[in-house]
Amino acid sequence: MSTNQVSRRDFLRVSGLAGTALCLGFYFPSSAKEAEIVNTSGVAKSEVELNAWIHIDTDGKVTIFNHRAEMGQGSFQSVPQIIAEELEVDLKDVNIVFAQGNREKYGSQITGGSSTIRGSYKNLLKLSATARIMLITIAAKKWNVPITDCYAESGQVLHKASGKKFHYGELVVDASKLEAPKEVVLKKISEYKLIRKPLHRQDTPLKTNGTAIFGLDKKLPGMLYATVERNPRLRGIVKSFDASAALKIPGVTKVFKVRMGVFNTFREGVAVVANSTWAAMQGKKALKVEWDDSGFEHINTAEIYKRQQEDLQTKEGLYLKKQGNPDDILKQEGKTIDVVYQTPYQSHSCMEPVNCVAHYQGDKVEIWGPIQAPEWVQDYISGQLGLPKEKVIVNMTFLGGGFGRKAFMDYPHEATMISKEIGAPVQVVWTREDDATQGPYRPGISYRCQGAIHNGEVTALKFRMSGQNNDHWRGGKTDQANRSTSEGFLKPYFDGIKNISFAEVQFETPIPTMWWRSVYASTNGFAYESFLDEVALAAGKDPLDLRRQYLQDERCQRLIDKMEEVSGWKKRKKNEGFGAAITECFSSTVGQIVKVSKDAGGKIKIDQVWAVMDCGWYVNPDIIRAQVEGSIVMALGAATIHEITFKDGLVEQRNFYDYKMPRITDIPPIEVHIMENEADAGGVGEPGLPAFAPALTNAIFDLTGKRIRKLPFDLSAV
Amino acid sequence: MINLNINQKSYEVDADPDMPLLWAIRDLVGLTGTKYGCGVAQCGACVVHLNGEAVRSCVTKVSRAEGKKVVTIEGLSKNNDHPLQLAWNEVNVPQCGYCHSGQLMSAAVLLRENPNPTDEDIDNAMSGNICRCGTYPRIRKAIHLAAELHKKEGRTI
Repeated sequence: MSTNQVSRRDFLRVSGLAGTALCLGFYFPSSAKEAEIVNTSGVAKSEVELNAWIHIDTDGKVTIFNHRAEMGQGSFQSVPQIIAEELEVDLKDVNIVFAQGNREKYGSQITGGSSTIRGSYKNLLKLSATARIMLITIAAKKWNVPITDCYAESGQVLHKASGKKFHYGELVVDASKLEAPKEVVLKKISEYKLIRKPLHRQDTPLKTNGTAIFGLDKKLPGMLYATVERNPRLRGIVKSFDASAALKIPGVTKVFKVRMGVFNTFREGVAVVANSTWAAMQGKKALKVEWDDSGFEHINTAEIYKRQQEDLQTKEGLYLKKQGNPDDILKQEGKTIDVVYQTPYQSHSCMEPVNCVAHYQGDKVEIWGPIQAPEWVQDYISGQLGLPKEKVIVNMTFLGGGFGRKAFMDYPHEATMISKEIGAPVQVVWTREDDATQGPYRPGISYRCQGAIHNGEVTALKFRMSGQNNDHWRGGKTDQANRSTSEGFLKPYFDGIKNISFAEVQFETPIPTMWWRSVYASTNGFAYESFLDEVALAAGKDPLDLRRQYLQDERCQRLIDKMEEVSGWKKRKKNEGFGAAITECFSSTVGQIVKVSKDAGGKIKIDQVWAVMDCGWYVNPDIIRAQVEGSIVMALGAATIHEITFKDGLVEQRNFYDYKMPRITDIPPIEVHIMENEADAGGVGEPGLPAFAPALTNAIFDLTGKRIRKLPFDLSAV
Repeated sequence: MINLNINQKSYEVDADPDMPLLWAIRDLVGLTGTKYGCGVAQCGACVVHLNGEAVRSCVTKVSRAEGKKVVTIEGLSKNNDHPLQLAWNEVNVPQCGYCHSGQLMSAAVLLRENPNPTDEDIDNAMSGNICRCGTYPRIRKAIHLAAELHKKEGRTI
């Protein structure tokens, strides 16, 4: 535990909580994986008292500190739904607030890897059940009856025989003096009243009347606004600039050079500070900057793929996994397939452009923004500025989309440096053009896929990818294969097919890259699941039957049954194309069937998408359906529209007119099914995305015989 | 000084007449429900009503709003009970929620002019609004539901 924590009084002031309350938190004993639940109400336990995740006051009001971001995935609903279940309170009595960045207190806070629920639900259930037991214990003691004669419901403890009751608020003072019990019995799934129910999201009202505060909505007294003109060649620096025209714009107060960190490197730009966002934007337009990008490669998109694909023909790469001996099998008798797939660089294009408010005050800095990884920001800025961590206060707002982009730390650092320079709070706003042209991006990747088929059986699969490794930015090892090389590929295939290998042929460019919703599964899934369709054809098998044969896992078998059942796969007609794909992503498996046909003009039309999600234990089925629907819409754009291209080192796309988004008119009917089982929870926010592109292109092949191996492709030109 | 009437309240703002209405509303008046998404009338996140008409406030000069009635998402209803707001809640439309001020303001004009819209009417009215979270199927469903609420319960649109 860190000893450099803010005082309890400060904490209560900052969090808006005061007075006596029952506070329970997680405590991570040194290096233990499982959290211990600790009563943090007592002042004596100073080293853990700030670890409070749940707080019940004398009015019985429950406050939860949500340590993860809310960027649309529904943590503001799912987390309270879990807690209200085991705590036995009404959902309306649970208030959720954003926790600040603090690794010691909350452990990992990064909202990524679809981990919000799967990473914490067991602890949240245990935490809530512990609080309930403590409250029941006090009530039983007051009535002098056995604990087993009492139960909790709707924020009250009741005595079965007499019907006597205590409101939780009446019990918290005494409960706060109890030690938390070590063992608690959790409810069975069949006993759930809130979990697994499609309850309404409680953040919806805030998002329909303009009261939800996103990063861009944060205002501070005396706050100024800033824009930054950054080197358009991504990693270059400023040679010189002329601010005279910018300073003539009414409202512009200051123009200066700023340098912001981008993980292990940096970039430079010129900041324009003004009294309104508009003035700062006008000032930016009026700037004249000379850039120095000497030593940097002037990348062109065509060269990227040429280099990757040449390497894939000549280099074996670093093996991530190898079982059996696919190389020998590929040389033996039988049919072989050897093809290349290609996927594009893409922008996250969150609807809320990147922005951040920072207030540097000499010995401390406070930050507010749409931030996916508050503890990373805290660590990074503390290191860059030489401030103790507790003097870097990082506040999360609602995020207008994240998708991985807002786990990059460049923008909070930039805002901090600008606030430091001007000595005032500042909001730095990235224009849509900044967002499109500066990255980071999802890396563009080429895949070489080889397969051997003998007597109708798949005897070997050999996969190699070449594309940037996101981990290298963050100091990841360059002497081992990208651990995400096989992401998206279902693990049971390794039992079904004897000879398989995955390797990474390393590829570097100065282009900043970052996780993009479902990360490598978003591109791997297209290559691997399209390739399996090719393999099925070569083996003379139905594509779903092939998957059924090689995925000898009970959950996979049930998933395939469901896919067949809901889509009418076996009953498809001649003039319809059906495509299937199944991908694994963050411990969830999703199968999709896409149905296509030709419209009157002979153009491909997507008639229907069926998605089947197996995420094991889950909280809110409607949020899952929404996440899968949204993932499919995002995947539709990713497959058929989106590509960031580079010409002479410059990004060619600037705004939604040349990086077009799918619109309401482009969306096919989507039907989402959820598998019911009691397996451990998997992710929900991302796993719905990767299977769509291969299911679509496999459907197009089924209808037209045309195999699409390069994304994006123009649906209207197939 | 420019006099603005926003949500039936009067504001005096010291704005460059060329400043887009969006930034005057957000930075000078301090109503932050109206969002910046693209700045070039591509995404619809900034839609407000100007004398009842849906306009992109990011490309509408503040001077054009003088003497007119501006309604922003904060003024769509008093108690978050416009049939569209009720329907948005019922259908769980928003995910990140950022674009929905604009979506609702576009939908409100559609519903007022056409209280019983078909899918095609919805497409025509809503295709200017981008949602990166992909809530489109629910937007469509919620607009139909709002039309029903209006019809059945006489909810004002």
